[in-house]
Amino acid sequence: MSLELILAGIILISLTFYVLLGGADYGAGVWSLFATGPRALAQREAVAKAIGPIWEANHVWLILVVTVLFTAFPKAFALLSTRLHIPLSLMLIGIVLRGSAFAFRTHDVVPRSEREAGAQKVWERVFAVSSVFTPIMLGTTIGAAASGRLGGQADTFVDMFVRPWANPFCLAVGLLALTLFAFLASVYLLLETRDDGLREDFRKRALWGGAVAALMAGAVFLLSKNGAPYVQYNLAYTTWGRLTVALVGLSALAGFVSLWQRRYRSAFVSTIGEVTFILWGWALAQYPYLVIPGATIMDAAPTPTLELVLATLLIGALVLFPSLYYLYRVFKGSIILRALE
Amino acid sequence: MTDLIAARSQMAISLGFHIIFAAIGIAMPLMMTIAEWRWLRTGDNIYLTLAKRWAKGTAILFAVGAMSGTVLSFELGLLWPSFMNWAGPLIGPLFALEGFAFFTEAIFLGLYLYGWTHLRPRVHLATGMIVALSGVASAIAVVIANAWMNSPTGFELVDGRPTQIDPIAAMHNPHAADETIHMVLAAFAATGFVVAGIHAYLLLRDRANVFHRRALEIALVVGGVTAMLQPLSGDVLARTVAHHQPAKLAAFEALFRTQEGAPFLIGGLPDADRQEVRYGIEIPYVLSLLLYHDPHATVAGLDAIPRENWPPVAIVHVAFQLMVASGFIMAGLAVWAGWRWWRGQGLQHETALLRALVLATPLGFLAIESGWVVTEVGRQPWIIYGVMRTSDAVTPMPGLWVPMITFTLLYGVLGLVVVWLLKRHIAASAVGASTK
Ligand code: HDD
Ligand code: HEM
Ligand code: HEM
Repeated sequence: MSLELILAGIILISLTFYVLLGGADYGAGVWSLFATGPRALAQREAVAKAIGPIWEANHVWLILVVTVLFTAFPKAFALLSTRLHIPLSLMLIGIVLRGSAFAFRTHDVVPRSEREAGAQKVWERVFAVSSVFTPIMLGTTIGAAASGRLGGQADTFVDMFVRPWANPFCLAVGLLALTLFAFLASVYLLLETRDDGLREDFRKRALWGGAVAALMAGAVFLLSKNGAPYVQYNLAYTTWGRLTVALVGLSALAGFVSLWQRRYRSAFVSTIGEVTFILWGWALAQYPYLVIPGATIMDAAPTPTLELVLATLLIGALVLFPSLYYLYRVFKGSIILRALE
Repeated sequence: MTDLIAARSQMAISLGFHIIFAAIGIAMPLMMTIAEWRWLRTGDNIYLTLAKRWAKGTAILFAVGAMSGTVLSFELGLLWPSFMNWAGPLIGPLFALEGFAFFTEAIFLGLYLYGWTHLRPRVHLATGMIVALSGVASAIAVVIANAWMNSPTGFELVDGRPTQIDPIAAMHNPHAADETIHMVLAAFAATGFVVAGIHAYLLLRDRANVFHRRALEIALVVGGVTAMLQPLSGDVLARTVAHHQPAKLAAFEALFRTQEGAPFLIGGLPDADRQEVRYGIEIPYVLSLLLYHDPHATVAGLDAIPRENWPPVAIVHVAFQLMVASGFIMAGLAVWAGWRWWRGQGLQHETALLRALVLATPLGFLAIESGWVVTEVGRQPWIIYGVMRTSDAVTPMPGLWVPMITFTLLYGVLGLVVVWLLKRHIAASAVGASTK
């Protein structure tokens, strides 16, 4: 295997971690926005408690993706950040608002007046709304990388900076990201809570979330015929492409059935499987492109750089994974155990 | 407004915003762990309260720092794609290293903030120390990247393209060691002085308050020791600049004419068109003496540099003056505080010193912001010194004033909210911490 391929694989693995961990933190924020019923307050509290200690660590996966991308594949990074300036900037605004508002509401001192309590409500709102908005923009940019419109020169501002992402396919990918994140979060949350009523709330949300996410995945697949022909071809007409699509379908089905039967451990495993297969299916389908058609994994930095990054990543991983394990064991120990039982 | 100016302003605002939170993120964990360590050593619960109070405020600042840092890592590409395409393979590994420092920082910060009840006290203290160390590590990595922009190494230029790329040699650039030391000291000094100023203010209103006395002592140790070292470190750094970036050094001192026995300029408003300085005081021979340890040494002036390669002289000179003045005032205050601590009856009785510390609260951050203006504006018109011009690096995206204004407003609002929240934290701590 070449160095380029290994590093592209590491980027994909980091992105998968970001989606499975950081994505779920956004999804939890979505359920904070849609907290309803007699237990609305308890739902919000469950969300805050679940993501409090871990969200900043989960967020770093995104930083890792970006830094490895611009180090190892500078051409792809330059292309993405030039042509997708608008959705990336919007995503950044969402990231800043979500993170800051969450910290404001969590670490504020106890309110001493009506006005101060009102501020708490504002942070909660901003946190919840930006948790919805940010994943849409993240998905949209990923859709744009797959769509085949990023490369060469275009004549007008709109063709150059707007059309590549403002189209039905990319926006559908954005919505797919949002629904997948929400789905993931509801499954994690239902494993975390000990209260039966709350667990039923999240189970209901997981069933709905899973169904909508499956519909969105179907919609994205249909739209990709025009929206991302290269990816569509590889998924629909190659053996392994069909295999991935089948795996996504099967794990979605398994997740649904497990949730229905309240078998939460297998729901957890199938949900993670579904999301991972979607990501990896997309990545394989656009091989060897990082950005279609402008940059492939062969447009990489010179070998000394690739070797150094790889060494950094390997040594870093030796520190990272034990630390991450420790973090999760301290705060999520009971859940991990329950999932493994 | 041209797109180039908009991009430069957006970069400057984002970095100027981030650095405040980053510096606090470097220094507060050390102060928190010192307080916690004192608690473990003495069993005095005031120290524990102090560590917890500091941690709560820091948690907010940390989150804003992490989010604005994320913006920066994208902005490098959003605003300067050609720069990143060129420099990514050389300085990118530093950012990847920084990524792992962020991981350990964020992981152990989560453990520290939420782990008071989950972890044994010694383990908890250790998580705080890891946060403090990784904060310093991330600062070192990113400032080495900036040092490379000042004195780029690790490649051969062939037809304007880099070849023979060697990212390890890029890390060993001439600015690296001096600049990182100066920045890390700056973070401790600036944060220490802000915290000292706040607690000095509260102590002036309630002299018997042991809580604020302990807080002031820790802040003064951290801020004072580093503030005394800072002028030395700055002097070393200035000599590196003189050697590798003569145009920038000439701008520091508004030295238009190359001369022997060059004077050191205090104050003054340079006029680049007329090539003269108004309202300044010149101290003869001192610049030559400082830079080359010889009062008659020749110092290159701006006349040795083609006009199109001059940085904006007035901005750089004024910013340099602000930094150096703040630095000397802070170092002086540190000496004064150390002396009164040794000789006096306890700092709570030193009214004049406490008042001076209150006045000095913002000086460290003033020095950080102006120091970065010195470094970054002084590097102009280059984004990579002597290799790539800033104007060649900017994105082709038009209408850059829109994101510039948007991010400025966003950061403006966030800044106001943070100030409001911290004011309430401090108010709560003034009321809550009684005298015992
Ligand atoms: C608490 C903050 C602080 C204080 C008290 C000082 N500085 Fe500073 N200085 C910085 C904070 C700073 C900084 C903001 O952190 C910079 C910007 C880049 C860097 O690495 O440090 C900087 C840059 C900087 C540079 C430019 C380096 C370059 O362009 O590459 C020089 C020559 C000095 N400093 C010199 C001094 C001197 C002679 C001081 C004497 C008192 C001094 N600094 C005090
Ligand atoms: C181009 C410049 C810079 C970039 C791209 C950048 C990037 C980042 C990123 C992505 C984070 C968030 C990490 C997380 O999620 O935990 C961050 C935080 C941080 N940065 Fe920066 N940064 C820059 C400049 C600086 C400078 C100059 C310093 C220090 C001297 C610094 C020190 C820190 C520290 C200590 C943190 C963590 C503490 C905190 O979050 O408050 N950064 N930065
Ligand atoms: C956090 C502390 C920093 C502050 C306050 C700061 C400040 C500034 C300022 C004022 C400018 C605008 C200069 C001008 O255009 O006249 C600028 C530009 C820039 N800085 Fe920094 N800087 C910091 C650290 C860094 C670091 C660590 C890096 C990179 C590793 C960096 C990379 C850049 C780049 C790429 C530009 C744009 C190009 C240019 O104007 O030369 N900065 N910064």
